[in-house]
Amino acid sequence: MKRGLMALAGALAILMTQSAGAQTLRWSAPGDAVSFDPNAQLDSFTQNIQLMVYDTLVRRNRKLEIEPGLATSWQIVEPTRWRFKLRPGVKFHDGEPFTADDIVATVMRTIDPDSRNKGNLATVVKAEKVDDLTVDIVLSGPYPLLLNDLTGIFVMSKSWLEKNNAMKPGNTSTGVTTFASTHANGTGPFKLESYAPDSKTVMTVNEGWWDKPEHNLKRIEFRPIKSDATRVAALLSGEIDMISSVPLQDVARVTGTQGFKVVEDPSLRLIFLGFNWKPELYADPGKKNPLLDVKVRQALWHAVDLDAIQKRIMRGKSRNTGTMVAPPVPGYLADIDKPLAYDTALSKKLLTEAGYPNGFKTGLSCTNDRYIADEQLCLAIAGMWTKAGIQVDVKTESKATYFPRQDRGELDVWMLGWATLPQMDGFSVLSGIFASRKDGYGGSNAGGMAIPALDDLARKTAVELDEGKRRAMMGEAFKIAKDQALFIPLHQQPLAWAMRSNVDMPQFPDEYVRPWFAKVN
Amino acid sequence: MIASIGSRLGQAVLVMLAVTAIAFVMFRYVGDPVAMMSREDASPAEKAELRASLGLDRPAIVQYGEFLGRTLKGDLGISFRNQRPVVDLLAERLPATLELVIVATILSLAVGVPVGVYCALKPDGALTRAIQTISLVGISMPTFVTGIGLILIFAVTLRWLPSFGRGDVVQIGGWSTGFLTRSGWASLLLPSITLALYQLTLIMRLVRAEMIDVLSSDYIRFAKARGLPPRYINFRLALRNALMPVVTVTGLQIGSLIAFAIVTETVFQWPGMGLLFIQAVSFADVPVMAAYLLFVGFLFVVINMVVDLTYTLIDPRLRTRRA
Amino acid sequence: MSLAAPKLPATRRRRLQMPVSVMIGLAVVVLMLAVALLAPWIAPTDPTNVASFDLMSAELPPAFMPDGDPAHWLGTDNQGRDLFSAILYGMRVSIAIGGGAVLVAASLGVVLGLLAGYFGGWVDIVIMRVGDVILSLPTILLALLVSGIARAVFPEAGTAQWAPVILIGAIAIHEWVQYARTVRAATMVEASKDYVRAARVIGLPPLHIMVRHILPNVMSPVMVIATINLAAAVLTEATLSFLGVGMPPTYPSLGTLIRIGNEFVFSGIWWIAVFPAVTLVVLVLAVNVVGDWLRDRFNPKLKGR
Repeated sequence: MKRGLMALAGALAILMTQSAGAQTLRWSAPGDAVSFDPNAQLDSFTQNIQLMVYDTLVRRNRKLEIEPGLATSWQIVEPTRWRFKLRPGVKFHDGEPFTADDIVATVMRTIDPDSRNKGNLATVVKAEKVDDLTVDIVLSGPYPLLLNDLTGIFVMSKSWLEKNNAMKPGNTSTGVTTFASTHANGTGPFKLESYAPDSKTVMTVNEGWWDKPEHNLKRIEFRPIKSDATRVAALLSGEIDMISSVPLQDVARVTGTQGFKVVEDPSLRLIFLGFNWKPELYADPGKKNPLLDVKVRQALWHAVDLDAIQKRIMRGKSRNTGTMVAPPVPGYLADIDKPLAYDTALSKKLLTEAGYPNGFKTGLSCTNDRYIADEQLCLAIAGMWTKAGIQVDVKTESKATYFPRQDRGELDVWMLGWATLPQMDGFSVLSGIFASRKDGYGGSNAGGMAIPALDDLARKTAVELDEGKRRAMMGEAFKIAKDQALFIPLHQQPLAWAMRSNVDMPQFPDEYVRPWFAKVN
Repeated sequence: MIASIGSRLGQAVLVMLAVTAIAFVMFRYVGDPVAMMSREDASPAEKAELRASLGLDRPAIVQYGEFLGRTLKGDLGISFRNQRPVVDLLAERLPATLELVIVATILSLAVGVPVGVYCALKPDGALTRAIQTISLVGISMPTFVTGIGLILIFAVTLRWLPSFGRGDVVQIGGWSTGFLTRSGWASLLLPSITLALYQLTLIMRLVRAEMIDVLSSDYIRFAKARGLPPRYINFRLALRNALMPVVTVTGLQIGSLIAFAIVTETVFQWPGMGLLFIQAVSFADVPVMAAYLLFVGFLFVVINMVVDLTYTLIDPRLRTRRA
Repeated sequence: MSLAAPKLPATRRRRLQMPVSVMIGLAVVVLMLAVALLAPWIAPTDPTNVASFDLMSAELPPAFMPDGDPAHWLGTDNQGRDLFSAILYGMRVSIAIGGGAVLVAASLGVVLGLLAGYFGGWVDIVIMRVGDVILSLPTILLALLVSGIARAVFPEAGTAQWAPVILIGAIAIHEWVQYARTVRAATMVEASKDYVRAARVIGLPPLHIMVRHILPNVMSPVMVIATINLAAAVLTEATLSFLGVGMPPTYPSLGTLIRIGNEFVFSGIWWIAVFPAVTLVVLVLAVNVVGDWLRDRFNPKLKGR
C-alpha cells in the first residue's frame, strides 16, 4: 500500500498525463526494433519485439522446448517433405482468418531472393497448400533442424500483404520499403498500436488470441534507452516498470531500493576467445605463430583467472564454462564443462616446453559495446597474460569496426559471444565456428582454423536425422575443441533484468522478453 | 546586388559540393555495413552477394556520382539499420531536435541578455564579478557531466522531472510536438538546460561586451549629456544597438547547437537527429550519416547566407566591400 | 605595478592588475602543468602498465572512506588501478593532446593566414574557401567524423601510440581556420603599411618580410586565441573520449576515465567518475580564467567576449 502511494506520488511529481495503470507494462532496453518487417533484418532484439505480435508454426514454451504453435501437429511425409496441420479458428489482428495460404505466403516471402533472413530457411525450397488447414514444406535434402528454424519464422497474412502491396520483403539494396516495415498484422498475443523508432512502441492486448493468456496485460509501452545510466535512472525514478539488461554494477543499488527487484540467470550467450591460425601473428610479423602450438593455447587458458573475473567483473552473476555451448543446448556435455585450472606455474611450464620461456607477443581484441563488460573483461585478461610473461597488445573498439575486422581475420586473439540462436542447437557452433570456411560453412571461423575432423563432423550432423547419433557427433566435436584448446571459453553471460516489485516477468536464457508470460500486480 | 547574391549562392553550392564529397568519400570507409547486416553465421558467399547487391563493390567515385544524382532528386537512400528511407527518418527526428534547440536558444537568450546587461551596467559590482566567474564554470563543464549531474539530482534523487525521452507528443500534420502536453514540457526541461548552458554563457558575455562598447560610444555620451533618462539610454538606445550582433551570433550558433545536441540527446535518450546519428555511427549506417552531415552543412550554408544578406541590406558600407 | 598606477587612467589600470581569481587560476594552471609533466615520477603506480591491473583490488573506495586503503587515497578503478595515478597520467594525456592540437592548429593557421593575407589572389581564395567548408561543420561533428573514420581505415588508430595523433588532428583540423582568419586580416593591414611596401620595393624576399616584419605583429592575438582554444581543445578531447572515439582505456585521458566511471555512477562507486570529472573541470576552468584575462589584457577590442 505504502509502495503504491509512493509510486503515485512519484507519477504525480513527474506530471505524467498517463498514470501507471495496473495492467500497463512500461519497459525499456538498450536496443530498439529496427523494423517490423520480419524479412527485412536479422537483428535478434528486433525479432524478440516482433514475436509479441506474430506467431510461429511451432514455438518455444516456458522451458524453451518446441511445442505446437499455429501448427497443431506435423509429420515427415518424405525425408524432404514435412506436412503441417494448422490450428483452426485462428484470426489475424485485422479479423481475417488464418489459413494455409498465409503459410505459403510467409515461407515464399522468407525465401525470396531479396529477403534478408532467407538464410534462416536455407534448406527450404517451397511451401505447398494441401487444403485450407494443411500445408507441406519442401526441403532440398534431409534436414534435422527444420522445427528449430521455424520458431523464428513469423507468420504474416497473405491478404494483408496483398492489400498493402507488401508481398516483396523490404530490402535496402532493391530499394523496397513496405507498409510492413512500420505496421504489423499477426496472430500474436499483442497488437501493434504505434511504432516510433528510438522513442516509443505501443502494443495492446489481442483479445481474440487463440491461446489462453497467462498474462494480465492490457497494454505494453516500450521505450528504448541506449545509455545504461539513463535507463537505470528511468527505472528508479518510476518512469519505467522494467528494464531488460541492468548493468551488473547497478544490481546492488536497484535491489537495495525499496520497491524494486532484479531477476538474474545465466544466458545462452557464451563468451569465448578465438585464435589466429595463420603462419604469423599480426603483432609479431616475421616469426612463427606461437598460437599454432596446443601447449601455448593451453598456457593462455591456464593463465586466465576465471574466478576473479566471475567474482569481480561479473559480480558473481556469470557461469564459468569449459566448453563451447551452454547446458540447455543440444550437444552440450557436462563432463567436459570444466575450465582448465588457473595455474600460472603450469602456464609458465607449458610455455617453456613450447619454446617460449620468455613469452611472446600477441594482440588481443574485443568489442567495447556488444557484450556485458566486454572491455573490462578484455583488459583484465590482458593484465593476467602480461603477468604470465606474455606481451599483450590489447585493443577494444566499437562493434561497428570490430566485427568487420574480426570477419576479415585481421586479429590475433579475439573475443566473440555465441548464443546458437535462433536454432538453439550445437550445430550452429559446428557449422559457423568449428568448420573451415568452405561451402557455406565457417561463416564466423575467420581465423583460418582448419581441422579436418571438425569439417567432417559438421557436414555429417547437418543431415543426420537420428537425434541420438546427431548429439553424439556434436559431443565429439566439442571434445576435440576442448582437448586441442582450439578456443578459450570464458563464461555464460549473466542475464539481469530489473523491475518494480509488482512486476512478474519470467526470464529465459535466450534473452527474449516474453510479456505473454508476464503479470503486473 | 544581384551579382553579390549570385556569388554567395555560387559559394554556397561549392561548399555543399565539398561537404557531400567529404561526407560520401569518408563515410565509404567507416565500418562495413555488410558485416553488420549479415546473420551471425552467414557464409562468405552470402556476404559477397550482399556486398554486390548494395553496390559496395564498385569504385567509390561511381558510388559518389550516383549518390549525388539521387541527393539532387531528394532521395537520400534507405537506412541500412532501419530499412526505411533516410528522408523519412530525418523528417521524424527533425521536430525533436528543433524543439530542443529552439527552447535551448530561447532559454539562453532569456537569461543571457538580462544578466549580460546587468553586468555591463554594473561592471565593478560584486554580483557582476561573481556572475563572470560562474559563467566561466559554465563553459568549463563538459555537456555530458552537466547532463548526468542534472539527471542524478532532478530525476533520481528528487524525482521532479523525467530523465529521458520526450514525454507524450501530439502529431500535427507531419510534425510531432511536445509543446502541447505537460509531460512534453517536463521532459524538455533538463535536456534544454543542459544544451543551453554553454550558449547562455556565450550570449551573456557577448551582450556585456557589446553593451560596454555601445555605452562608451559618442552618441550615448551625447544622450547622457542631453540629460535623457538613464532607462531610456540604457534600454532604448544602447541595448537595441548591442543586440544586433547578439542576434547574428545566436543565429550562427544554431548549427553548433544541433551538433552539440548529439551529446545531449545521447545522455537523455532524446529521439532527435543526434541520437539517430550516433546510432548510425555505431552501425556504420552510411546513408544516415551522409544525410545528417549534409543536413548540418546545408543548415550552416543557409544561415550564413541569410546573415550575410541581411547585413548587406542593412549596412550599405558592406555592399562595396563584398563586391 | 603600484608605482605606475597613478599615472594611468582608471580603465587602463584595471587591465594591468592581475585580480586574485586570475592569480589563483594561473597558480592552478602552473601546478597542473608541473604535475602533468612530472606524473611518471610523482604517481605511486604506472596506470598504463597492463601488468598493474589487479581485479582483486578493484573498486576500493578512497582512503578517507570506511573501507578505504591508505595506499590508494583516491581509491581504485574497476581494473584495480590506483585512481590518483590514473588521474595524474590522465591529466598529462589531456594536456598533451589539448596543447598539441592548439600547437598544430596555430602553426597551420598562422602559416596559411600569412600566405593568404600576403599573396591574396587565388592562394587567398583557396585557403579561405577550404576554411569556409570546414567551418560549416561544427567542431565536435568534424572531430567525431575524423577520429571515427581514422579508426575504420587505419587499424592502429585506437592504440595508445596513434590515438593522440588522431585526436590532435581531429581537433586541429577545425581550429586552424580561426587563426588563419585572424592572421590573414592582420597581415592584410600590415602588408599595406609603408614599411612593408618599402621592404618589398627594396626587393626583400617574401619569406623574410613575412617572418621578420609581419609575424611579430600578429602574434599577440594568436597567443590569446591559443589560450582560449586550449580549454576548448581539452574539452573536445574529453567529449570524444567520453563518446568512445578517444584515448584507449589502457592509456586513459581524463575523458576516458569519466567514460569508464560513468557506468558506475548509480552503483555507489562514484569516485571513479567524480574525481576525474572534478579534475577536468578545474583544469579547464583555470585555463579559461587565465585566457579570459589575457584576452582583456592584450586585446581590449575583444574584452569580455
